[in-house]
Amino acid sequence: MTILIRNVTLVDALGERGPADVLLGEGRILSLEGGDAERVIEGKGRLLAPGFLDLHAHLREPGQEVKENLATGLLAAVRGGYTDLVSMPNTTPPVDTPEAVRALRKKAQALGLARLHPAAALTQGQEGRLLTEAGLLREAGAALLTDDGRTNEDAGVLAAGLLGAAAFGLPVAVHAEDASLRRGGVMNDGPLADLLGLPGNPPEAEAARIARDLEVLRYALRRGQKKPRLHIQHLSTKRGLELLREAKGAGLPVTAEATPHHLTLTEEALKGFDPIFKVAPPLRTREDVEALLEGLLEGTLDAIATDHAPHTQAEKEMDLLRAPFGIPSLEVAFPLLYTELHRKRGFPLKRLVELFTDGPRRVLGLRPIHLEEGAEASLVLLDPKERPVDPKAFASKARFSPWAGWVLAGWPVLTLVEGRVVYQALE
Amino acid sequence: MRHLLDFAGWTKSEVESLLETAKVMAEVLERPVKKVPALQGFTVATVFFEPSTRTRISFELAARRMSADVVSFAAATSSLQKGESYKDTLLTLEAMGIDAYVIRADAAGVPHQATRWVKGAVINGGDGRRAHPTQALLDAYTLLEALGSLEGKKIAIVGDILHSRVARSNLELLPLLGAEVWAAGPPTLLPQALPGARLTPHLEEALEGADAVMVLRLQRERMEAGLVNLEDYIAHYQVTEERLQKAKPGAPLLHPGPMNRDVELEGTLADSERSLVNRQVHNGVAVRMAVLYHLLVGRER
Ligand SMILES: [Zn+2]
Repeated sequence: MTILIRNVTLVDALGERGPADVLLGEGRILSLEGGDAERVIEGKGRLLAPGFLDLHAHLREPGQEVKENLATGLLAAVRGGYTDLVSMPNTTPPVDTPEAVRALRKKAQALGLARLHPAAALTQGQEGRLLTEAGLLREAGAALLTDDGRTNEDAGVLAAGLLGAAAFGLPVAVHAEDASLRRGGVMNDGPLADLLGLPGNPPEAEAARIARDLEVLRYALRRGQKKPRLHIQHLSTKRGLELLREAKGAGLPVTAEATPHHLTLTEEALKGFDPIFKVAPPLRTREDVEALLEGLLEGTLDAIATDHAPHTQAEKEMDLLRAPFGIPSLEVAFPLLYTELHRKRGFPLKRLVELFTDGPRRVLGLRPIHLEEGAEASLVLLDPKERPVDPKAFASKARFSPWAGWVLAGWPVLTLVEGRVVYQALE
Repeated sequence: MRHLLDFAGWTKSEVESLLETAKVMAEVLERPVKKVPALQGFTVATVFFEPSTRTRISFELAARRMSADVVSFAAATSSLQKGESYKDTLLTLEAMGIDAYVIRADAAGVPHQATRWVKGAVINGGDGRRAHPTQALLDAYTLLEALGSLEGKKIAIVGDILHSRVARSNLELLPLLGAEVWAAGPPTLLPQALPGARLTPHLEEALEGADAVMVLRLQRERMEAGLVNLEDYIAHYQVTEERLQKAKPGAPLLHPGPMNRDVELEGTLADSERSLVNRQVHNGVAVRMAVLYHLLVGRER
């Protein structure tokens, strides 16, 4: 089917331009100057961007389908404008074999929603001891290796993992927190945690681990024939960012992501003792948030990744010590940051879109998608109309949100994967 | 007040009026028939997600002395981990028509969470490290009995401040009544900052000229977590006869119990004239009667 999107403003990492009449067919952008089409969509006032890629989502399948499954998770993804998504391997059992990776991909393909790029575990059972088979995992379609959900306590294992993954061109992603420093912390460590009587997780637990991992990366770089690539997940602290900036300045092959919640919320949110705000790493201070924004702007941070972490309502209604860590955010990530960062704070739209598209694609070693003739028609149409966040309407099984009731603009109204409509909410 | 969660937002006169009521209740407890009809027809539930027999009995006695009906619910945390949520438990009780909930939990904030789910009054019976407001009220009441007034008085709190809900509540309440509060303990057991508190790792500094000393229990798990060495603790933080010389002569000693004799406090001191420990327990009932009275009488049902 051919589709024409008329009078639409184009936005990608190259910038904003248009309006253009975008003609789509055969899975590609056929023209930016219109033409005959079987379906015509009015794009006036709307933005057309390349489809988003999420580097970090927990879809809970296999094993924890009560929280989420591929069908609900990938539907949530396309509703959020994502055409591509990396699923985390900390399922039950963990995704640590080529068979498990293939099974996930096959099932996701049959669903015909967002394209799934499963991450596989770096170590067997995510136990941090024995490495998984990087080469076979790559052939099965694994996008990266990570023990996310766990922290890599053994530096020697991480070094070996980086060397092994590098041989097959895979990045290794790390949940950078020193487990012995964070202990049982459930919120940011500081005067507020003391006041609230909650065990704190210090920012130094993140910085200490990033510092160690950068040294491990240096080692792998010196010892390996192929260039290792280290990706730091959900960076949350000012100090962590400074270490990263320095490392990038020195030319180390390291990338990093930040999450929507670490960019829009602070530890103050815990004042009401609501476990909805319990997340690992924890929400930090205003100063950390400002540092992250700077990091996004200047390019120290490469991507915005959701860390979409669905749980059941009952689990999030436990107390702060027992409730699980995590916030579901696939369906609100872009409108949230479009509204809070671009509209309210003037964060450049082109850079914001880049952090959802080219930035994460580069982390995985994928080619960028720019809005030009011949480009792959994996796209999202964004609407400027404001509406409040309503978790009850989520496709995700996790129907709670720290942003419930926030009025946001920039909601995806049409998502296409290779020219095929996978989601539409056009009026 | 609608709930008693902590002392955030409380004024001095509100505390004073509550402690005045406690005085009246204490008189009731001196009578041959220790019972008044004030809360007839009200139902109070003690909901203990963490066991504490002493506190539960004190609350239940307080409710019964005022003729309230009492139900008690003790949830094993194991059943909570199996997926039954606090919310489910509380909503079940709510359906049975409870007017006030005394909630005890090992996690900070559970009573705050409860106010979002139930219509009845919520009384914090101790939540994690966060707060234990009725303990602080009975401590204040006991201190007022002993010292007359707290205006300008120096109170020293000694021990594991960081993990103590009793310390936190006292640090909120006592300054409200005009006291200067010092908190002393090993650096690993001190918070970074708490409003209203002067924190010091030197016991002597806190004891110097103190009008009263409150000693906290040292939990074994702090040693197991590597936060403190027992011998070192005893050598530097145990409240002893000798160290008490620094305080005002005869300065009374308080302890929320249960006590580790010869750990946080020299055993002989625990039994001395100075110890107000039994007085604290005794006053607990009157203070809790006053709290229930303030929360329930005049409340719409
Ligand atoms: Zn993680």
